[in-house]
Amino acid sequence: MSLKVNIRKKLGSFEMHVCFEHEAGTLGILGASGCGKSMTLKCIAGIETPDEGRIELDGTVLFDSEKRINLPPQQRRVGYLFQSYALFPNMTVRQNILCGMHHEKDRHKRQEALEHVASLLQLEGLMNHRPHQLSGGQAQRAALARILVNKPRLLMLDEPFSALDSHLRTRLQIELKALLAQYGQPVLMVTHDRDEAYHMCARLAVMDQGSMQTPQETKALFANPGTLRAAALTGCKNIARAEKCGENEVYVPDWGIRLQTAQPVRDGLVGVAFRAHYLNPKTTLNSYPMHIVSEMEEPFEWILLLRYANQASDTEPVWWRVPKDRKPQQMPEQLGIAPANILLLYA
Amino acid sequence: MNIFTDINLFPLWNSLRIAAIASVLVFFLGILCAYYVARLPRVLKGILDVFLTLPMVLPPTVCGYFLLLIFGTKRPLGMFLAQYGIKFVMTWYGGILAALVVAFPLMYRTARGAFESFDETLAYAGQTLGLSNSYIFWRIRMPACKQGIIAGVVLAFARALGEYGATSMLIGYTPGRTATISTTVYQLWRTNDEQGAFFWVMINLAISTVVLLTVNLLERKQRGHAKQTKAVKA
Repeated sequence: MSLKVNIRKKLGSFEMHVCFEHEAGTLGILGASGCGKSMTLKCIAGIETPDEGRIELDGTVLFDSEKRINLPPQQRRVGYLFQSYALFPNMTVRQNILCGMHHEKDRHKRQEALEHVASLLQLEGLMNHRPHQLSGGQAQRAALARILVNKPRLLMLDEPFSALDSHLRTRLQIELKALLAQYGQPVLMVTHDRDEAYHMCARLAVMDQGSMQTPQETKALFANPGTLRAAALTGCKNIARAEKCGENEVYVPDWGIRLQTAQPVRDGLVGVAFRAHYLNPKTTLNSYPMHIVSEMEEPFEWILLLRYANQASDTEPVWWRVPKDRKPQQMPEQLGIAPANILLLYA
Repeated sequence: MNIFTDINLFPLWNSLRIAAIASVLVFFLGILCAYYVARLPRVLKGILDVFLTLPMVLPPTVCGYFLLLIFGTKRPLGMFLAQYGIKFVMTWYGGILAALVVAFPLMYRTARGAFESFDETLAYAGQTLGLSNSYIFWRIRMPACKQGIIAGVVLAFARALGEYGATSMLIGYTPGRTATISTTVYQLWRTNDEQGAFFWVMINLAISTVVLLTVNLLERKQRGHAKQTKAVKA
């Protein structure tokens, strides 16, 4: 099982360039809307045609601009779960699923597969329903069933949870993750939601303005995003331009401070970041006076928006997330950050 | 009153067959054009769109003029077709041609509107599932656009039935051969047969009312369905 993609396509004001390989498990593509991540899936499915490049799945060339190969979507055997699930509105759930089994001529096998997938995805009572009678979660399961009976060699999920209510989302993520593990084929998933990416994907690639970075282990990417864009997409709130001024020291002009880093600073540094949880009044290193600008209460945390004493006036405040039981009675004079929590960002 | 026994019902039969055959042709032609024009590049789409809609806004007599220009017995195409015994001038089936040209834009525009509101991801989903393009067209796209397409056919049928201008220019009025309801009304009125004209006017009114009721019913059904879908999703 392997997917090799190296394609380019002009998209409005920028060029999409995607190059990656994927063997097994779930690979996530994390990017803001309009960055070309759905377009990447469409190119792999054959719905859109890249300007140039090559796509190979399990040794079959799906697309090759040099050899003028461009298989129609029908011959690619790639499952595509659309954001809207794309169930055919004029058909019942059963008829929708049977559409995925049109290649199977044997009636008994068709019936068997139908029953199997219905019990696997808890669709037994819904087979005669029309798509507009289904809830979001049911529609997702029906669409997945239709794809699974088609036995694709690769499964692609396009923002699979964005059409669902937030309270359902986490539960369905757990269900879908278990299902995908059972299914055993490689999965490609695009999302703009970092939590979703973290829950679902073993490996993750960040995409911005059409260019996709090399996939990494999800946890490694969150621990060290490496670039400005990856830091923002993985949910880092405190990001600023920075200059190298020592082996383990950087100067941050926007905040008017110097920061000690645990990692040695390389040349070509463009910025630093730290996550909103890592400010700490007890840390003495990287500790500077700060004052509070505003605050917001969440169910279990406080978000405090702070400014450094010498922070440039046209810059965003610094975020400090603190659990309710640890919020100090009085705003501390100074807040520090452990050097290990300073993320170094390069171009 | 002996009007119902005396009157020759040929115009009704002739009008109905002309309108019916023209509607069937318009159905396929309209869908074909709508489907392909909807996916053309913008400029070409604009040009073709104007050209295909023109018969709707032109006076039907102008359409008739152009038809005579092309199919007239002394024109190249008319002469060529005459060799095979096909003559559109002064024949009942010439009426099909006139009705076709005038009714086509109604079908084309309604079908195009329906196709343009079709959610293209449904077709993509079908393709990735390996369904053939013709299956997707007839079993997914057409059912989803059903109401719009039926409304288009009904409107085209009504327009074809009421066609006068192009028809009278191309096939004229020959009682028992080319007479349609609308040309008969004019002819009877002209010859001071008010009672006869009134009869045909009533026939025409009855048919048009039924047609419009059908269109309204379809539209209400579509709206009701849309509302139902929305309510379930909300």
